[in-house]
Amino acid sequence: MKKGRAWKYGNDVNTDVIFPGKYTYAVMEPEEMVRHALEDLDPGFADKVQPGDVIVAGKNFGCGSSREQAATCLKCAGVQAVIAKSFARIFYRNAINQGLPVIQSVEAAEAIQQGEEVAIDFQKGEIIAEDKKVFSFPSFPDFVLGILEAGGLIPYTKKKLSKKRSF
Amino acid sequence: MGQTFSEKILSQKAGREVRAGDVVTISPDYVLTHDNSAAIIKEFQKLGIQKVRCPQKIVIVLDHVVPASTEKYAQNHKSIREFVSAQGISHFYDVHNGICHQVFSEEGFAMPGTLVLGADSHTTSYGAFGVFSAGIGRSEAASVWATEKIWLRVPETLKIVLDGQLPKDVYAKDIILKIIGDEGADRANYRAVEFSGDGAEGMSLASRLVLANMAAEMGAKNGYFPPDEKTFDFLKDRAKGIYQPVYSDPDADYEDILEYDLSTIEPQVACPHTVDNVKPVTAVAGTAFHQAVIGTCTNGRFEDLKVTADILRGKTVASSVRVLVIPASRTEYLKALHAGFLEDLVRSGCIILNPGCGPCLGAHQGVLAPGEVALSTANRNFRGRMGSRDSEIYLASPATVAASVIQGKITDPRGSQ
Repeated sequence: MKKGRAWKYGNDVNTDVIFPGKYTYAVMEPEEMVRHALEDLDPGFADKVQPGDVIVAGKNFGCGSSREQAATCLKCAGVQAVIAKSFARIFYRNAINQGLPVIQSVEAAEAIQQGEEVAIDFQKGEIIAEDKKVFSFPSFPDFVLGILEAGGLIPYTKKKLSKKRSF
Repeated sequence: MGQTFSEKILSQKAGREVRAGDVVTISPDYVLTHDNSAAIIKEFQKLGIQKVRCPQKIVIVLDHVVPASTEKYAQNHKSIREFVSAQGISHFYDVHNGICHQVFSEEGFAMPGTLVLGADSHTTSYGAFGVFSAGIGRSEAASVWATEKIWLRVPETLKIVLDGQLPKDVYAKDIILKIIGDEGADRANYRAVEFSGDGAEGMSLASRLVLANMAAEMGAKNGYFPPDEKTFDFLKDRAKGIYQPVYSDPDADYEDILEYDLSTIEPQVACPHTVDNVKPVTAVAGTAFHQAVIGTCTNGRFEDLKVTADILRGKTVASSVRVLVIPASRTEYLKALHAGFLEDLVRSGCIILNPGCGPCLGAHQGVLAPGEVALSTANRNFRGRMGSRDSEIYLASPATVAASVIQGKITDPRGSQ
Protein backbone atom coordinates (compact mmCIF):
# COMPACT_ATOMS: atom_id res chain seq x y z
CA MET A 1 0.00 0.00 0.00
CA LYS A 2 1.65 3.21 -1.19
CA LYS A 3 1.53 6.28 1.02
CA GLY A 4 1.65 9.84 -0.12
CA ARG A 5 0.71 13.39 0.70
CA ALA A 6 -2.56 15.05 -0.27
CA TRP A 7 -2.66 18.00 -2.64
CA LYS A 8 -5.99 19.66 -2.00
CA TYR A 9 -7.91 21.78 -4.52
CA GLY A 10 -11.44 23.14 -4.93
CA ASN A 11 -14.40 22.62 -7.25
CA ASP A 12 -14.42 22.61 -11.07
CA VAL A 13 -10.68 22.14 -11.58
CA ASN A 14 -10.60 22.20 -15.39
CA THR A 15 -8.25 20.48 -17.80
CA ASP A 16 -6.86 23.82 -19.02
CA VAL A 17 -5.34 24.50 -15.60
CA ILE A 18 -4.26 20.86 -15.20
CA PHE A 19 -2.47 20.84 -18.55
CA PRO A 20 -2.54 24.09 -20.59
CA GLY A 21 -3.97 23.98 -24.11
CA LYS A 22 -0.93 25.66 -25.60
CA TYR A 23 1.03 22.43 -25.06
CA THR A 24 -1.61 19.90 -26.02
CA TYR A 25 -1.05 19.61 -29.73
CA ALA A 26 2.71 19.31 -29.47
CA VAL A 27 3.44 15.64 -28.89
CA MET A 28 5.46 15.43 -25.69
CA GLU A 29 7.40 12.86 -23.74
CA PRO A 30 5.97 12.02 -20.29
CA GLU A 31 8.80 13.76 -18.41
CA GLU A 32 8.09 16.97 -20.30
CA MET A 33 4.35 16.67 -19.57
CA VAL A 34 5.06 16.36 -15.83
CA ARG A 35 6.84 19.72 -15.85
CA HIS A 36 3.58 21.42 -16.91
CA ALA A 37 1.24 19.49 -14.56
CA LEU A 38 -1.20 21.86 -12.82
CA GLU A 39 0.84 24.77 -14.19
CA ASP A 40 -2.02 27.30 -14.18
CA LEU A 41 -3.59 26.07 -10.93
CA ASP A 42 -0.61 25.49 -8.64
CA PRO A 43 2.71 26.47 -10.23
CA GLY A 44 4.64 24.84 -7.34
CA PHE A 45 3.10 21.38 -7.83
CA ALA A 46 5.31 19.98 -10.59
CA ASP A 47 8.52 20.59 -8.63
CA LYS A 48 7.29 19.24 -5.32
CA VAL A 49 5.02 16.30 -6.17
CA GLN A 50 6.32 12.90 -4.97
CA PRO A 51 5.43 9.41 -6.21
CA GLY A 52 2.44 8.12 -4.25
CA ASP A 53 0.93 11.55 -3.67
CA VAL A 54 -2.83 11.95 -4.01
CA ILE A 55 -4.90 14.77 -5.49
CA VAL A 56 -7.99 15.61 -3.41
CA ALA A 57 -10.57 17.91 -4.97
CA GLY A 58 -14.16 19.09 -4.92
CA LYS A 59 -16.84 18.50 -7.50
CA ASN A 60 -16.51 18.24 -11.29
CA PHE A 61 -12.75 17.58 -11.33
CA GLY A 62 -11.36 17.58 -14.87
CA CYS A 63 -14.12 19.55 -16.59
CA GLY A 64 -13.50 21.15 -19.97
CA SER A 65 -11.35 19.89 -22.79
CA SER A 66 -11.07 16.17 -23.59
CA ARG A 67 -7.27 16.36 -23.53
CA GLU A 68 -5.95 13.11 -22.15
CA GLN A 69 -2.68 14.68 -20.99
CA ALA A 70 -4.62 16.09 -18.03
CA ALA A 71 -4.67 12.50 -16.75
CA THR A 72 -1.34 11.48 -18.28
CA CYS A 73 0.65 14.30 -16.65
CA LEU A 74 -0.69 13.39 -13.20
CA LYS A 75 -0.06 9.68 -13.75
CA CYS A 76 3.50 10.35 -14.95
CA ALA A 77 4.09 12.64 -11.95
CA GLY A 78 3.53 9.57 -9.78
CA VAL A 79 0.11 10.57 -8.46
CA GLN A 80 -1.41 7.29 -7.25
CA ALA A 81 -5.05 8.41 -7.40
CA VAL A 82 -7.38 11.37 -7.64
CA ILE A 83 -10.06 11.58 -4.96
CA ALA A 84 -12.90 14.01 -5.68
CA LYS A 85 -16.51 14.72 -4.84
CA SER A 86 -17.28 14.12 -8.52
CA PHE A 87 -15.50 13.92 -11.87
CA ALA A 88 -16.27 15.32 -15.30
CA ARG A 89 -17.09 12.37 -17.54
CA ILE A 90 -14.34 12.60 -20.15
CA PHE A 91 -11.64 13.07 -17.50
CA TYR A 92 -13.03 10.06 -15.62
CA ARG A 93 -12.68 7.91 -18.74
CA ASN A 94 -9.27 9.33 -19.61
CA ALA A 95 -7.90 8.70 -16.13
CA ILE A 96 -8.94 5.05 -16.17
CA ASN A 97 -7.63 4.75 -19.72
CA GLN A 98 -4.27 6.05 -18.50
CA GLY A 99 -4.26 3.65 -15.55
CA LEU A 100 -4.85 6.45 -13.04
CA PRO A 101 -7.45 5.43 -10.42
CA VAL A 102 -10.23 7.95 -9.82
CA ILE A 103 -12.16 7.65 -6.58
CA GLN A 104 -15.43 9.44 -5.97
CA SER A 105 -15.88 10.11 -2.25
CA VAL A 106 -17.57 13.22 -0.90
CA GLU A 107 -16.57 12.34 2.68
CA ALA A 108 -12.89 11.79 1.92
CA ALA A 109 -12.74 14.87 -0.32
CA GLU A 110 -14.13 16.98 2.51
CA ALA A 111 -12.13 15.50 5.38
CA ILE A 112 -8.64 15.13 3.96
CA GLN A 113 -6.53 18.27 4.33
CA GLN A 114 -3.63 19.68 2.33
CA GLY A 115 -0.41 17.80 3.09
CA GLU A 116 -2.14 15.03 5.03
CA GLU A 117 -0.67 11.54 4.67
CA VAL A 118 -2.96 9.22 2.72
CA ALA A 119 -2.78 5.54 1.80
CA ILE A 120 -5.17 3.67 -0.48
CA ASP A 121 -6.06 -0.01 -0.30
CA PHE A 122 -7.52 -0.81 -3.70
CA GLN A 123 -8.25 -4.44 -2.75
CA LYS A 124 -10.40 -3.47 0.21
CA GLY A 125 -11.67 -0.25 -1.34
CA GLU A 126 -10.41 1.95 1.48
CA ILE A 127 -8.75 5.33 1.81
CA ILE A 128 -6.75 5.59 5.02
CA ALA A 129 -5.94 9.13 6.16
CA GLU A 130 -4.29 10.55 9.28
CA ASP A 131 -5.84 9.98 12.74
CA LYS A 132 -6.97 6.53 11.49
CA LYS A 133 -9.72 8.07 9.37
CA VAL A 134 -10.98 5.41 6.94
CA PHE A 135 -13.23 6.08 3.95
CA SER A 136 -14.53 3.17 1.93
CA PHE A 137 -15.30 3.33 -1.78
CA PRO A 138 -17.06 0.80 -4.04
CA SER A 139 -14.78 -1.46 -6.06
CA PHE A 140 -14.42 -0.81 -9.80
CA PRO A 141 -16.35 -2.96 -12.32
CA ASP A 142 -14.28 -5.86 -13.71
CA PHE A 143 -13.50 -4.31 -17.08
CA VAL A 144 -12.36 -1.08 -15.41
CA LEU A 145 -10.13 -3.09 -13.05
CA GLY A 146 -8.80 -4.91 -16.10
CA ILE A 147 -7.85 -1.61 -17.74
CA LEU A 148 -6.26 -0.26 -14.53
CA GLU A 149 -4.33 -3.48 -13.96
CA ALA A 150 -3.06 -3.54 -17.54
CA GLY A 151 -1.74 0.01 -17.01
CA GLY A 152 -4.29 1.67 -19.26
CA LEU A 153 -6.54 1.13 -22.27
CA ILE A 154 -3.76 0.84 -24.86
CA PRO A 155 -1.92 -2.06 -23.17
CA TYR A 156 -5.34 -3.57 -22.34
CA THR A 157 -6.50 -3.38 -25.97
CA LYS A 158 -3.13 -4.67 -27.17
CA LYS A 159 -3.51 -7.73 -24.98
CA LYS A 160 -7.04 -8.30 -26.24
CA LEU A 161 -6.02 -7.88 -29.86
CA SER A 162 -3.11 -10.28 -29.48
CA LYS A 163 -5.54 -12.90 -28.18
CA LYS A 164 -7.63 -12.18 -31.31
CA ARG A 165 -10.81 -12.10 -29.28
CA SER A 166 -13.60 -9.84 -30.27
CA PHE A 167 -14.86 -7.60 -27.48
CA MET B 1 -42.44 3.45 -19.98
CA GLY B 2 -41.04 4.88 -23.21
CA GLN B 3 -37.41 5.62 -24.01
CA THR B 4 -35.46 8.83 -24.42
CA PHE B 5 -33.56 9.52 -27.64
CA SER B 6 -30.31 8.40 -25.99
CA GLU B 7 -31.80 5.18 -24.61
CA LYS B 8 -33.34 4.41 -27.98
CA ILE B 9 -30.26 4.97 -30.12
CA LEU B 10 -27.99 3.09 -27.71
CA SER B 11 -30.53 0.22 -27.67
CA GLN B 12 -30.39 0.11 -31.47
CA LYS B 13 -26.60 0.11 -31.45
CA ALA B 14 -26.33 -2.48 -28.67
CA GLY B 15 -28.94 -4.76 -30.19
CA ARG B 16 -30.94 -4.98 -26.95
CA GLU B 17 -33.24 -2.72 -24.97
CA VAL B 18 -31.24 -0.58 -22.57
CA ARG B 19 -32.07 2.07 -19.99
CA ALA B 20 -30.20 4.93 -18.31
CA GLY B 21 -27.41 3.52 -16.16
CA ASP B 22 -26.76 0.45 -18.32
CA VAL B 23 -23.33 0.05 -19.90
CA VAL B 24 -23.20 -0.90 -23.57
CA THR B 25 -20.48 -1.80 -26.03
CA ILE B 26 -21.21 -0.27 -29.39
CA SER B 27 -19.73 0.51 -32.77
CA PRO B 28 -19.92 4.19 -33.81
CA ASP B 29 -20.84 5.41 -37.30
CA TYR B 30 -17.95 7.89 -37.39
CA VAL B 31 -14.93 8.77 -35.26
CA LEU B 32 -13.65 12.34 -35.53
CA THR B 33 -10.14 13.50 -34.62
CA HIS B 34 -8.13 16.63 -35.42
CA ASP B 35 -4.55 17.79 -34.83
CA ASN B 36 -4.51 15.38 -31.89
CA SER B 37 -4.46 12.60 -34.51
CA ALA B 38 -0.64 12.82 -34.31
CA ALA B 39 -0.76 11.72 -30.67
CA ILE B 40 -3.50 9.17 -31.43
CA ILE B 41 -1.36 7.65 -34.18
CA LYS B 42 1.42 7.17 -31.60
CA GLU B 43 -1.02 5.34 -29.33
CA PHE B 44 -2.37 3.28 -32.23
CA GLN B 45 1.15 2.20 -33.13
CA LYS B 46 1.60 0.73 -29.64
CA LEU B 47 -1.28 -1.71 -30.28
CA GLY B 48 0.82 -4.00 -32.44
CA ILE B 49 -1.40 -3.97 -35.51
CA GLN B 50 -0.68 -2.42 -38.88
CA LYS B 51 -4.04 -1.31 -40.24
CA VAL B 52 -6.99 0.58 -38.80
CA ARG B 53 -10.11 -1.58 -38.78
CA CYS B 54 -12.50 0.88 -40.34
CA PRO B 55 -10.82 3.60 -42.46
CA GLN B 56 -14.18 4.67 -43.91
CA LYS B 57 -15.45 5.56 -40.43
CA ILE B 58 -12.49 7.79 -39.61
CA VAL B 59 -12.82 11.53 -40.19
CA ILE B 60 -9.78 13.77 -39.62
CA VAL B 61 -9.88 17.56 -39.84
CA LEU B 62 -6.77 19.66 -39.18
CA ASP B 63 -8.01 22.79 -37.42
CA HIS B 64 -6.36 23.49 -34.08
CA VAL B 65 -3.09 25.10 -35.11
CA VAL B 66 -3.47 25.79 -38.83
CA PRO B 67 -1.36 26.50 -40.73
CA ALA B 68 1.36 25.10 -38.47
CA SER B 69 2.95 27.80 -36.33
CA THR B 70 6.05 25.88 -35.26
CA GLU B 71 8.22 23.07 -36.58
CA LYS B 72 6.68 20.72 -34.00
CA TYR B 73 3.13 21.40 -35.21
CA ALA B 74 4.32 21.07 -38.80
CA GLN B 75 5.79 17.66 -37.99
CA ASN B 76 2.48 16.61 -36.41
CA HIS B 77 0.53 17.62 -39.49
CA LYS B 78 3.04 15.81 -41.71
CA SER B 79 2.79 12.58 -39.72
CA ILE B 80 -1.02 12.76 -39.94
CA ARG B 81 -0.94 13.24 -43.73
CA GLU B 82 1.41 10.25 -44.08
CA PHE B 83 -0.81 8.07 -41.88
CA VAL B 84 -3.97 9.08 -43.76
CA SER B 85 -2.35 8.13 -47.03
CA ALA B 86 -0.90 4.83 -45.78
CA GLN B 87 -4.19 3.77 -44.16
CA GLY B 88 -6.47 4.75 -47.03
CA ILE B 89 -8.46 7.25 -44.93
CA SER B 90 -10.50 9.18 -47.48
CA HIS B 91 -12.35 11.53 -45.11
CA PHE B 92 -9.36 13.77 -44.51
CA TYR B 93 -9.65 17.57 -44.45
CA ASP B 94 -6.38 19.46 -44.50
CA VAL B 95 -5.59 22.86 -42.92
CA HIS B 96 -7.57 24.98 -45.38
CA ASN B 97 -11.07 23.65 -44.57
CA GLY B 98 -12.01 24.99 -41.17
CA ILE B 99 -13.03 23.89 -37.69
CA CYS B 100 -13.72 20.16 -37.38
CA HIS B 101 -17.26 20.50 -36.00
CA GLN B 102 -18.30 22.89 -38.77
CA VAL B 103 -16.62 20.85 -41.52
CA PHE B 104 -18.06 17.57 -40.20
CA SER B 105 -21.54 19.11 -40.30
CA GLU B 106 -21.17 20.76 -43.72
CA GLU B 107 -19.83 17.57 -45.27
CA GLY B 108 -22.99 15.70 -44.26
CA PHE B 109 -21.49 13.31 -41.70
CA ALA B 110 -23.81 14.56 -38.94
CA MET B 111 -26.98 12.63 -39.82
CA PRO B 112 -30.00 12.17 -37.54
CA GLY B 113 -30.10 8.85 -35.73
CA THR B 114 -26.38 8.15 -36.11
CA LEU B 115 -23.74 7.79 -33.41
CA VAL B 116 -20.54 9.83 -33.56
CA LEU B 117 -17.54 9.87 -31.23
CA GLY B 118 -14.90 12.56 -31.35
CA ALA B 119 -11.61 13.12 -29.56
CA ASP B 120 -12.78 16.63 -28.75
CA SER B 121 -15.06 17.73 -25.94
CA HIS B 122 -17.26 19.81 -28.25
CA THR B 123 -18.29 16.76 -30.24
CA THR B 124 -21.65 17.31 -28.51
CA SER B 125 -22.32 19.83 -31.33
CA TYR B 126 -23.92 17.30 -33.71
CA GLY B 127 -26.84 16.93 -31.35
CA ALA B 128 -28.08 19.96 -33.31
CA PHE B 129 -28.83 17.49 -36.12
CA GLY B 130 -30.30 14.73 -33.91
CA VAL B 131 -27.02 12.80 -33.70
CA PHE B 132 -25.86 11.01 -30.55
CA SER B 133 -22.38 12.48 -30.34
CA ALA B 134 -19.97 12.43 -27.42
CA GLY B 135 -16.39 13.37 -26.68
CA ILE B 136 -13.79 10.71 -25.89
CA GLY B 137 -10.06 10.68 -25.15
CA ARG B 138 -7.05 9.90 -27.29
CA SER B 139 -6.41 6.33 -26.11
CA GLU B 140 -10.07 5.59 -26.77
CA ALA B 141 -9.88 7.05 -30.26
CA ALA B 142 -6.85 4.86 -31.01
CA SER B 143 -8.64 1.85 -29.57
CA VAL B 144 -11.76 2.54 -31.69
CA TRP B 145 -9.59 2.85 -34.81
CA ALA B 146 -8.26 -0.63 -34.01
CA THR B 147 -11.37 -2.42 -32.74
CA GLU B 148 -14.36 -0.35 -33.92
CA LYS B 149 -15.75 -0.76 -30.39
CA ILE B 150 -16.20 1.36 -27.27
CA TRP B 151 -18.10 1.13 -23.98
CA LEU B 152 -20.58 3.84 -23.06
CA ARG B 153 -22.86 4.34 -20.10
CA VAL B 154 -26.44 5.06 -21.16
CA PRO B 155 -27.05 8.59 -19.85
CA GLU B 156 -30.00 9.95 -17.93
CA THR B 157 -31.60 12.84 -19.80
CA LEU B 158 -32.15 16.41 -18.69
CA LYS B 159 -34.87 17.99 -20.80
CA ILE B 160 -34.76 21.73 -21.38
CA VAL B 161 -37.95 23.22 -22.81
CA LEU B 162 -37.45 26.54 -24.59
CA ASP B 163 -40.69 28.48 -25.01
CA GLY B 164 -41.41 31.70 -26.84
CA GLN B 165 -39.19 34.03 -28.83
CA LEU B 166 -36.01 35.86 -27.99
CA PRO B 167 -36.16 39.65 -27.75
CA LYS B 168 -34.32 41.66 -30.42
CA ASP B 169 -30.50 41.62 -30.11
CA VAL B 170 -30.60 38.53 -27.88
CA TYR B 171 -29.25 35.30 -29.37
CA ALA B 172 -28.72 31.57 -28.92
CA LYS B 173 -25.47 32.24 -27.05
CA ASP B 174 -27.36 34.23 -24.43
CA ILE B 175 -29.77 31.31 -23.89
CA ILE B 176 -27.05 28.76 -23.24
CA LEU B 177 -24.99 31.13 -21.07
CA LYS B 178 -28.11 31.86 -19.02
CA ILE B 179 -28.81 28.14 -18.58
CA ILE B 180 -25.19 27.33 -17.63
CA GLY B 181 -25.11 30.29 -15.23
CA ASP B 182 -28.33 29.14 -13.56
CA GLU B 183 -27.54 25.45 -13.45
CA GLY B 184 -23.75 25.26 -13.04
CA ALA B 185 -20.87 23.69 -14.93
CA ASP B 186 -21.60 20.15 -13.73
CA ARG B 187 -25.41 20.13 -13.88
CA ALA B 188 -25.50 17.78 -16.84
CA ASN B 189 -22.42 15.69 -15.98
CA TYR B 190 -22.82 12.13 -17.38
CA ARG B 191 -26.21 13.19 -18.76
CA ALA B 192 -27.81 13.85 -22.11
CA VAL B 193 -29.42 17.25 -22.62
CA GLU B 194 -32.49 17.36 -24.84
CA PHE B 195 -33.65 20.76 -26.10
CA SER B 196 -37.29 21.05 -27.09
CA GLY B 197 -40.23 23.44 -27.20
CA ASP B 198 -41.35 25.97 -29.79
CA GLY B 199 -38.28 28.09 -29.07
CA ALA B 200 -36.04 25.18 -30.09
CA GLU B 201 -38.17 24.48 -33.17
CA GLY B 202 -37.93 28.10 -34.27
CA MET B 203 -34.14 28.16 -34.07
CA SER B 204 -31.86 27.99 -37.09
CA LEU B 205 -29.47 25.03 -37.32
CA ALA B 206 -26.59 27.43 -36.66
CA SER B 207 -28.24 28.53 -33.42
CA ARG B 208 -29.00 24.94 -32.41
CA LEU B 209 -25.29 24.23 -32.90
CA VAL B 210 -24.45 26.94 -30.34
CA LEU B 211 -26.56 25.22 -27.67
CA ALA B 212 -25.49 21.66 -28.50
CA ASN B 213 -21.84 22.78 -28.62
CA MET B 214 -22.01 24.40 -25.20
CA ALA B 215 -23.94 21.54 -23.62
CA ALA B 216 -20.37 20.31 -23.05
CA GLU B 217 -19.90 23.26 -20.67
CA MET B 218 -22.66 21.84 -18.45
CA GLY B 219 -20.75 18.56 -18.45
CA ALA B 220 -23.18 16.84 -20.84
CA LYS B 221 -22.27 13.63 -22.62
CA ASN B 222 -24.41 14.66 -25.57
CA GLY B 223 -26.91 17.32 -26.58
CA TYR B 224 -29.97 16.73 -28.74
CA PHE B 225 -32.49 18.65 -30.82
CA PRO B 226 -35.31 16.66 -32.46
CA PRO B 227 -34.49 16.75 -36.19
CA ASP B 228 -37.07 18.49 -38.39
CA GLU B 229 -37.56 19.88 -41.90
CA LYS B 230 -34.69 22.33 -41.41
CA THR B 231 -32.38 19.43 -40.63
CA PHE B 232 -33.59 17.35 -43.56
CA ASP B 233 -33.34 20.29 -45.99
CA PHE B 234 -29.78 21.00 -44.89
CA LEU B 235 -28.81 17.36 -45.44
CA LYS B 236 -30.66 16.95 -48.75
CA ASP B 237 -27.64 17.23 -51.02
CA ARG B 238 -24.91 16.47 -48.52
CA ALA B 239 -25.86 13.48 -46.31
CA LYS B 240 -23.16 10.84 -46.48
CA GLY B 241 -25.73 8.04 -46.45
CA ILE B 242 -29.29 7.03 -45.70
CA TYR B 243 -30.38 7.93 -42.21
CA GLN B 244 -33.31 7.25 -39.92
CA PRO B 245 -34.17 9.99 -37.40
CA VAL B 246 -34.68 8.90 -33.77
CA TYR B 247 -37.02 10.70 -31.37
CA SER B 248 -37.76 10.37 -27.66
CA ASP B 249 -41.05 8.67 -26.81
CA PRO B 250 -43.74 10.99 -25.39
CA ASP B 251 -43.73 8.97 -22.13
CA ALA B 252 -39.93 8.82 -21.80
CA ASP B 253 -38.45 9.18 -18.32
CA TYR B 254 -36.44 12.38 -17.77
CA GLU B 255 -34.11 13.01 -14.85
CA ASP B 256 -35.49 16.56 -14.70
CA ILE B 257 -37.28 19.06 -16.91
CA LEU B 258 -36.28 22.75 -16.96
CA GLU B 259 -38.35 25.42 -18.65
CA TYR B 260 -37.14 28.72 -20.04
CA ASP B 261 -39.24 31.54 -21.43
CA LEU B 262 -37.00 32.97 -24.14
CA SER B 263 -38.81 36.32 -24.16
CA THR B 264 -37.37 37.08 -20.70
CA ILE B 265 -33.71 36.43 -21.55
CA GLU B 266 -31.24 39.34 -21.65
CA PRO B 267 -27.78 39.44 -23.21
CA GLN B 268 -25.43 37.43 -20.95
CA VAL B 269 -21.69 37.46 -20.26
CA ALA B 270 -19.62 34.63 -18.71
CA CYS B 271 -16.99 36.24 -16.51
CA PRO B 272 -13.51 34.95 -15.57
CA HIS B 273 -12.56 32.16 -14.90
CA THR B 274 -15.46 29.73 -15.28
CA VAL B 275 -18.20 29.39 -17.88
CA ASP B 276 -20.89 29.28 -15.18
CA ASN B 277 -19.85 32.65 -13.73
CA VAL B 278 -22.56 34.35 -15.78
CA LYS B 279 -23.99 37.84 -15.36
CA PRO B 280 -26.39 39.94 -17.42
CA VAL B 281 -24.44 42.28 -19.70
CA THR B 282 -25.75 45.25 -17.74
CA ALA B 283 -23.82 44.05 -14.66
CA VAL B 284 -20.44 44.10 -16.41
CA ALA B 285 -21.00 46.89 -18.97
CA GLY B 286 -18.06 49.28 -19.00
CA THR B 287 -15.38 46.61 -18.43
CA ALA B 288 -12.43 47.46 -20.68
CA PHE B 289 -10.72 44.77 -22.75
CA HIS B 290 -7.80 44.49 -25.17
CA GLN B 291 -8.67 41.73 -27.61
CA ALA B 292 -11.95 40.51 -29.09
CA VAL B 293 -12.48 37.19 -30.85
CA ILE B 294 -15.48 36.54 -33.08
CA GLY B 295 -15.50 32.97 -34.36
CA THR B 296 -14.76 29.42 -33.06
CA CYS B 297 -16.90 26.28 -33.24
CA THR B 298 -19.47 28.08 -31.09
CA ASN B 299 -20.06 31.31 -33.02
CA GLY B 300 -18.18 31.50 -36.33
CA ARG B 301 -20.97 30.85 -38.79
CA PHE B 302 -22.65 33.05 -41.41
CA GLU B 303 -25.41 34.24 -39.06
CA ASP B 304 -22.76 35.27 -36.51
CA LEU B 305 -20.70 37.11 -39.10
CA LYS B 306 -23.86 38.79 -40.39
CA VAL B 307 -24.87 40.21 -37.02
CA THR B 308 -21.27 41.33 -36.46
CA ALA B 309 -21.17 43.11 -39.83
CA ASP B 310 -24.62 44.64 -39.32
CA ILE B 311 -23.43 46.22 -36.07
CA LEU B 312 -19.96 47.27 -37.27
CA ARG B 313 -20.83 48.50 -40.78
CA GLY B 314 -19.72 52.09 -41.11
CA LYS B 315 -18.34 52.16 -37.55
CA THR B 316 -14.77 51.98 -36.29
CA VAL B 317 -13.21 49.61 -33.79
CA ALA B 318 -11.91 51.46 -30.70
CA SER B 319 -8.17 52.13 -30.94
CA SER B 320 -7.55 50.32 -27.64
CA VAL B 321 -8.89 47.04 -29.02
CA ARG B 322 -7.74 44.46 -31.58
CA VAL B 323 -10.54 42.40 -33.13
CA LEU B 324 -9.92 38.93 -34.57
CA VAL B 325 -12.66 37.54 -36.81
CA ILE B 326 -12.39 33.86 -37.73
CA PRO B 327 -15.02 32.27 -39.97
CA ALA B 328 -15.69 28.68 -38.81
CA SER B 329 -15.02 27.15 -42.22
CA ARG B 330 -14.03 27.92 -45.77
CA THR B 331 -17.70 27.61 -46.77
CA GLU B 332 -18.85 30.13 -44.14
CA TYR B 333 -15.91 32.38 -45.11
CA LEU B 334 -17.04 32.38 -48.75
CA LYS B 335 -20.65 33.09 -47.85
CA ALA B 336 -19.60 36.07 -45.71
CA LEU B 337 -17.22 37.21 -48.44
CA HIS B 338 -19.93 37.16 -51.12
CA ALA B 339 -22.33 39.01 -48.82
CA GLY B 340 -19.75 41.77 -48.38
CA PHE B 341 -19.50 41.28 -44.61
CA LEU B 342 -15.78 40.73 -44.59
CA GLU B 343 -15.18 44.00 -46.42
CA ASP B 344 -17.36 45.79 -43.85
CA LEU B 345 -15.35 44.21 -41.04
CA VAL B 346 -11.96 45.00 -42.54
CA ARG B 347 -13.03 48.61 -43.10
CA SER B 348 -14.05 48.80 -39.44
CA GLY B 349 -10.59 47.69 -38.37
CA CYS B 350 -11.06 43.93 -37.77
CA ILE B 351 -8.39 41.35 -38.60
CA ILE B 352 -9.82 38.43 -40.63
CA LEU B 353 -8.01 35.16 -39.85
CA ASN B 354 -8.16 31.90 -41.75
CA PRO B 355 -10.81 29.36 -40.67
CA GLY B 356 -9.66 27.31 -37.68
CA CYS B 357 -9.69 27.28 -33.89
CA GLY B 358 -7.52 30.41 -33.84
CA PRO B 359 -6.52 31.74 -30.43
CA CYS B 360 -9.32 29.92 -28.52
CA LEU B 361 -6.86 27.45 -27.02
CA GLY B 362 -3.95 29.83 -26.60
CA ALA B 363 -1.64 28.13 -29.08
CA HIS B 364 -1.26 30.85 -31.74
CA GLN B 365 -2.91 33.76 -33.57
CA GLY B 366 -3.51 36.22 -30.75
CA VAL B 367 -2.16 34.97 -27.43
CA LEU B 368 -2.83 37.15 -24.35
CA ALA B 369 -0.11 38.87 -22.30
CA PRO B 370 -0.23 39.08 -18.48
CA GLY B 371 -2.87 41.59 -17.39
CA GLU B 372 -4.73 41.51 -20.71
CA VAL B 373 -8.46 40.95 -21.02
CA ALA B 374 -10.29 39.27 -23.91
CA LEU B 375 -13.95 39.34 -24.91
CA SER B 376 -14.73 36.28 -27.01
CA THR B 377 -17.57 34.38 -28.64
CA ALA B 378 -15.84 31.08 -27.76
CA ASN B 379 -17.10 28.51 -25.28
CA ARG B 380 -14.43 28.54 -22.55
CA ASN B 381 -12.87 31.17 -20.32
CA PHE B 382 -10.67 29.05 -18.05
CA ARG B 383 -7.63 30.66 -16.50
CA GLY B 384 -4.70 30.77 -18.90
CA ARG B 385 -6.67 29.29 -21.79
CA MET B 386 -5.80 32.02 -24.28
CA GLY B 387 -2.27 32.67 -23.04
CA SER B 388 -0.96 34.07 -19.78
CA ARG B 389 -2.42 32.68 -16.55
CA ASP B 390 -2.71 36.31 -15.50
CA SER B 391 -5.06 37.20 -18.33
CA GLU B 392 -8.86 37.17 -18.26
CA ILE B 393 -11.55 36.01 -20.70
CA TYR B 394 -15.19 37.12 -20.92
CA LEU B 395 -17.61 35.18 -23.16
CA ALA B 396 -20.60 36.65 -24.97
CA SER B 397 -22.67 36.57 -28.16
CA PRO B 398 -21.31 37.97 -31.44
CA ALA B 399 -23.76 40.90 -31.07
CA THR B 400 -22.44 41.78 -27.62
CA VAL B 401 -18.82 41.47 -28.77
CA ALA B 402 -19.49 43.58 -31.90
CA ALA B 403 -21.26 46.32 -29.95
CA SER B 404 -18.45 46.27 -27.39
CA VAL B 405 -15.51 46.64 -29.78
CA ILE B 406 -16.81 50.02 -30.94
CA GLN B 407 -16.62 51.33 -27.36
CA GLY B 408 -13.59 49.27 -26.26
CA LYS B 409 -15.68 48.31 -23.24
CA ILE B 410 -18.28 45.60 -22.67
CA THR B 411 -21.50 47.11 -24.03
CA ASP B 412 -25.16 46.10 -24.04
CA PRO B 413 -25.94 45.27 -27.70
CA ARG B 414 -29.61 46.14 -27.43
CA GLY B 415 -30.42 49.00 -29.77
CA SER B 416 -27.10 48.78 -31.61
CA GLN B 417 -28.68 47.74 -34.93
